[in-house]
Amino acid sequence: MIVASLAFYLFATVLVAAAVMVISAKNPVHSVLFLILAFFNAAGLFVLLGAEFLAMILVVVYVGAVAVLFLFVVMMLDISFTELRQGFLQYLPLGALVGIILLVELVLVYGGFAISPDVEGRLAAPMPTPDTVTNTHAIGQIIYTHYIYFFQAAGMILLVAMIGAIVLTHRSRGGVHRQKIADQIARRPSDSVEIVKVPTGRGI
Amino acid sequence: MPIAVVPNFALAAPEIFLALAAMALLVTGAFMNERSAARVTSYGGVLALLVTAGIVLSMNKASRMTFGETFIFDGFAAFMKVMILVSAAAVVFMAKEYLIRHEIDRFEFPILVMLATLGMIMMVSANDFIALYLGLELQSLALYVIASFQRDGTRSAEAGLKYFVLGALASGMLLYGMSLVYGFAGTTGFVPLADLFAHGGAPTGVIVGIVFILAGLAFKVSAVPFHMWTPDVYEGAPTPVTALFAVAPKIAAMGLLIRVMVGPFGDLGGQWQQIVIFISIASMILGAVAAINQRNIKRLMAYSSIGNMGYALIGLAVAAEAADPVIRADGIRNMLIFLAIYVFMNVGTFAVILTMRRGGRMIEDIDGLAGLSKTNPLMALCLGVFMFSMAGIPPFAGFLGKLYIFQSAVQAGLFPLAIIGVLASVVAAFYYIRIVKVMYFDAADEAFDSPIGMEMKSILVISFIFVTFFILFPVPLIAGATRATASLLGG
Repeated sequence: MIVASLAFYLFATVLVAAAVMVISAKNPVHSVLFLILAFFNAAGLFVLLGAEFLAMILVVVYVGAVAVLFLFVVMMLDISFTELRQGFLQYLPLGALVGIILLVELVLVYGGFAISPDVEGRLAAPMPTPDTVTNTHAIGQIIYTHYIYFFQAAGMILLVAMIGAIVLTHRSRGGVHRQKIADQIARRPSDSVEIVKVPTGRGI
Repeated sequence: MPIAVVPNFALAAPEIFLALAAMALLVTGAFMNERSAARVTSYGGVLALLVTAGIVLSMNKASRMTFGETFIFDGFAAFMKVMILVSAAAVVFMAKEYLIRHEIDRFEFPILVMLATLGMIMMVSANDFIALYLGLELQSLALYVIASFQRDGTRSAEAGLKYFVLGALASGMLLYGMSLVYGFAGTTGFVPLADLFAHGGAPTGVIVGIVFILAGLAFKVSAVPFHMWTPDVYEGAPTPVTALFAVAPKIAAMGLLIRVMVGPFGDLGGQWQQIVIFISIASMILGAVAAINQRNIKRLMAYSSIGNMGYALIGLAVAAEAADPVIRADGIRNMLIFLAIYVFMNVGTFAVILTMRRGGRMIEDIDGLAGLSKTNPLMALCLGVFMFSMAGIPPFAGFLGKLYIFQSAVQAGLFPLAIIGVLASVVAAFYYIRIVKVMYFDAADEAFDSPIGMEMKSILVISFIFVTFFILFPVPLIAGATRATASLLGG
């Protein structure tokens, strides 16, 4: 078990450190790279918890797609983050005040939080044990069986988002020269070259 | 969580059909050339919406649930769905010509309207907060896009952006309310929630949650004090989109409001009744007073719809008075009748607004209607009848709608609501009748472009016949509303 605890502390420390670096790195590209590091460590924590499917999904979806997309956006948009951060010290007292108020509220809420003693009995659907149902199977059961309606509705919402983005941004611009291979092949010298006899000393 | 069984998909047949039809048209449109694609998806969209309405009508109206009690189909849902589907079909039908004239006849428009309608019919069938939110978001997202469909015009883009930002805020409030209810009650399903609150009384957190949910939904029906977006969005959006905004989403959000308030929170009526009364009174007064100075007919219709939502909410306030089940049922029934009449009047009025065109340009000024009785007497007659009906003058349909609503308020002993409602509708009569005066007594302006097109004519004729002769044959609608109410309260 000592190996598991060591791994947990390793992953957790690197995760928190990487997360801090994401918001404090000067260079936005470095931020995204630290974000990827954080994702990998979170995936490690999932593996420790026995949720290997989620760990794989995290790496594949977040590192493979989302973070790379972020990287593209950050590189292409060319935002100067140092400029954005200029008022940092000026807003620090107010921000700190808000943060402290939130923290106090959270402490108050969790201070009064009590777990009902008969909570085990109240669980309507007891959690399946990992021995009988695999991770993937359990998630599939939730998404495709219990919540099939919600899942499909969410799919329709994403479809609308896609159509909307295309409708609002795609436009056929004028003045774009497209290659028309048939026209190019059919072109004869007589179509584009005109031979003019220029009298000496007169010009055209 | 019930044990997994294959859910009864048949109950969601209208939704499934509409979703499949929208996707099929999307693929068809994407592979056709641009010009004909717009026409095909437009007619296909109208057809699909009407077929969906037919499916709804042909289904067994007994109250049944599926998908683990998160989806309900009953007479109430069927009534609302038919209204939503038919009005959306009418709007797509009318929109084609406008879109072609403004060179925004892209094939995505009918598809987005279909998807928005899908969201609306999912909303009225929602029996769980998550299902409710997903339907609402599907509707809103599609509506944000079509509000800014004329994306090269700054006003349309502004309308879309305004609607989007404020809509996101409203969604946030709604979600916050739902999370509070979930946090304090431990469930999002309407059935368990109704069981929990059946003996009256609920924790304060739930009450706060209900307030937030009401605020979020009041935004969607553009009731005061959440109405600020309405005039700007109505004015800026392309006119067919405005016509859609004025009817279908309002009906859906009202259906949702009734389902949520009367279903899970029905026994907490005393807690939320004051809020509904306040919203209702404020909307009626604002709708009547703020419209007086409007010169733009789209803005005028925006304020008119705010006022009309105020009248409709009287029915909900009556339903909160749970003392007598008969009065309660009457309140909801009269609200449904009012909404159905509202749909016909609005679709008809917007059909007229869509034909207000001179030299190819749209006229939105009320003064542009001057002398319409001489240049186009039939259209002037139609608009005149719609305006008299909205003002609540007998013998037109709008009069009966208001009469029923005020009757309910009096029966339930909510006299302030009835009195303020009558006064507000007297004030509102001023600006409705002013339009009639402009048409019939002002010096004639140049005639509008003609011919107005077969689509507009058919819509105008249908609405005109309904509004004029409803008083002679009110029974089918009243019977339908009665059945819908019975299935909502009985199930």
